[in-house]
Amino acid sequence: MSKGRFGIHGGQYIPETLMNAVIELENEYNFYKNDPEFLEEFTSLLNKYAGRPSLLYYAEKMTEDLGGAKIYLKREDLNHTGSHKINNVLGQVLLAKRMGKTRVIAETGAGQHGVATATAAALLGLECEIFMGKEDTDRQALNVYRMELLGAKVHAVTSGTQTLKDAVNETMREWTQRVHDTHYVLGSVMGPHPFPTIVRDFQSVISREIKQQMLEEEGRLPDAVLACVGGGSNAIGSFYEFIEDKEVRLVGCEAAGHGVQTEKTAATIATGTLGIFHGMKSYFCQDEYGQIAPVHSISAGLDYPGIGPEHADLHDQGRAEYVPVTDDEAVEAFEYLSRVEGIIPAIESAHAVAHARKLAPAMSSDQIMVICLSGRGDKDVAAIARYKGVQIYE
Amino acid sequence: MNKLQQVFSDGKAFIPFITAGDPSLDITERLVIEMAEAGADLIELGIPFSDPIAEGPVIQEADYRALSAGTTTDKIFAMVKRIRISSTVPIAFMTYVNPIFTYGAEKFMKNCQEAGVCAVIVPDLPFEEKEELLPFCSEYGVTLISMIAPTSKDRIRLIAKEAEGFIYCVSSMGVTGVRKEIGNDVEEMIKIVKEVKDIPCAIGFGISTPEQANKVAQFSDGVIVGSAIVRIVAQYGEDCVPHVAEYVRNMKDAIR
Ligand SMILES: Cc1ncc(COP(=O)(O)O)c(C=O)c1O
Repeated sequence: MSKGRFGIHGGQYIPETLMNAVIELENEYNFYKNDPEFLEEFTSLLNKYAGRPSLLYYAEKMTEDLGGAKIYLKREDLNHTGSHKINNVLGQVLLAKRMGKTRVIAETGAGQHGVATATAAALLGLECEIFMGKEDTDRQALNVYRMELLGAKVHAVTSGTQTLKDAVNETMREWTQRVHDTHYVLGSVMGPHPFPTIVRDFQSVISREIKQQMLEEEGRLPDAVLACVGGGSNAIGSFYEFIEDKEVRLVGCEAAGHGVQTEKTAATIATGTLGIFHGMKSYFCQDEYGQIAPVHSISAGLDYPGIGPEHADLHDQGRAEYVPVTDDEAVEAFEYLSRVEGIIPAIESAHAVAHARKLAPAMSSDQIMVICLSGRGDKDVAAIARYKGVQIYE
Repeated sequence: MNKLQQVFSDGKAFIPFITAGDPSLDITERLVIEMAEAGADLIELGIPFSDPIAEGPVIQEADYRALSAGTTTDKIFAMVKRIRISSTVPIAFMTYVNPIFTYGAEKFMKNCQEAGVCAVIVPDLPFEEKEELLPFCSEYGVTLISMIAPTSKDRIRLIAKEAEGFIYCVSSMGVTGVRKEIGNDVEEMIKIVKEVKDIPCAIGFGISTPEQANKVAQFSDGVIVGSAIVRIVAQYGEDCVPHVAEYVRNMKDAIR
């Protein structure tokens, strides 16, 4: 019966029209994940095309400045296309190709997942269409142009709140229209089974590398791992290999927008309740009647009213903690890391940096913290300038 | 006895869909009563949802209109109770799993029983997940309607075997909306169902004209029409009732 559960979360709550598609995907994935040829091609793409392994960088100046834990940055921002999204996308597009699909579709928030999907589709020769909320096509205009350069068709979604959740709605609708030749490259650890598992597996390369690099550098495991959480793919990727290492503290940083006491927030664990949406049971920002809330975050990539089911379960178990970070704190951290380390982080990743600034001073100097820097901030520069009242034309 | 049985007892059934609260619950109340008078055998009432992923633009917009007008699940239950003062027409709810789950599945089904709602149609609750609602449906005598789609293939037998009330046969790929052509697969799908179980099959998604209705009624037990009616509601707003009633009368005549 019901498959793909993480505790009580997960499952497959989707229209009947899509059921055979997700069953086919599960079967094919179960075959290819053990197929040496597939794995070799995937690893080769990660290493020779995307630039893995990514650096684990000791942020010495930030460490000194904060005066607490020793801080390392996992540099997913240095990957080809500028974020962790490429890890998942190369895996899924390769899988789609093996499955005989000729077309991929995807939702995107900040545009990073759309750019990564368009990139992989260009490389592997598949047709590509991207769905992006109208509000996001405005605040991330450069990424729209990037996707088009890469040969993708970009649809601006005008339904609902015109952000990430509506982009997911529209991509699901498109998939029900055309499943025979089309794979939906879901961009985070969310949606119906098997997506949360597939995306987690492809992203877990992040924590496998952190573990190995940390053992080489320091000869021990870190005390804390921090990552921002939208749907939760860079976070689960950073946490996964440490879940059994109970001494490693796992901290997910959610977008609180204007604050968790306001309506303009996207902090799901802090303000959400149990629900069933976008194919999964998990926590969602919603009202008492189950209407999904119009969430807000300065970061298009975290502006999502739900969280992946595996995170919901890690929260239930108390294995990982989830903390809210406001727009203002994220913008300060965006500027802070740029100034102190000469690294401009994605505004999404800046949420994790912001929490690190609170947490590190409370830790001792013989403790170690790793922050997943999920993406680079070039895409955000103009929007942050506008937020600060500086008029810049892209 | 569940009222669904009477739906298919008088020839081919005509099943109109409207979104509750579009443009207001007062109009919805009048629409239900007038559509029943005009020959509707079962009324499919949509409980609006913020993110209706199985819906095309026409019904999406009806959902937004209804929600902006302040429609809630509680107000819809109250309206159905008012309808029951003057009409016994069978009513089924169509909504997504989250509005039911978050409201509380048990409370929802109990309220359905009290208001005389005989069935629920939940497009994002496939066969594999039906245990989410089925125990509460059974407890309160509400039928959970199963859906099959052109992609169901080998799943049709599996679904049909456990189906109750009637089967909602999705005629086309994609979301709801008016279509020029109704897919040919649906006749074959119904044949497979009937091999497994003697259960009525109603066809929905895409149907708008009397000709289309007549054609699909040849090989099915009922015709479901949503977007075409919601479009009339959108066009005439507060004045839509007679226009919708006339449409329903023509459609029922076409399949008699
Ligand atoms: C750089 C970056 N980090 C994080 C996210 C959030 O996604 P997730 O929570 O799946 O890692 C995004 C999404 O667009 C992103 O672009």
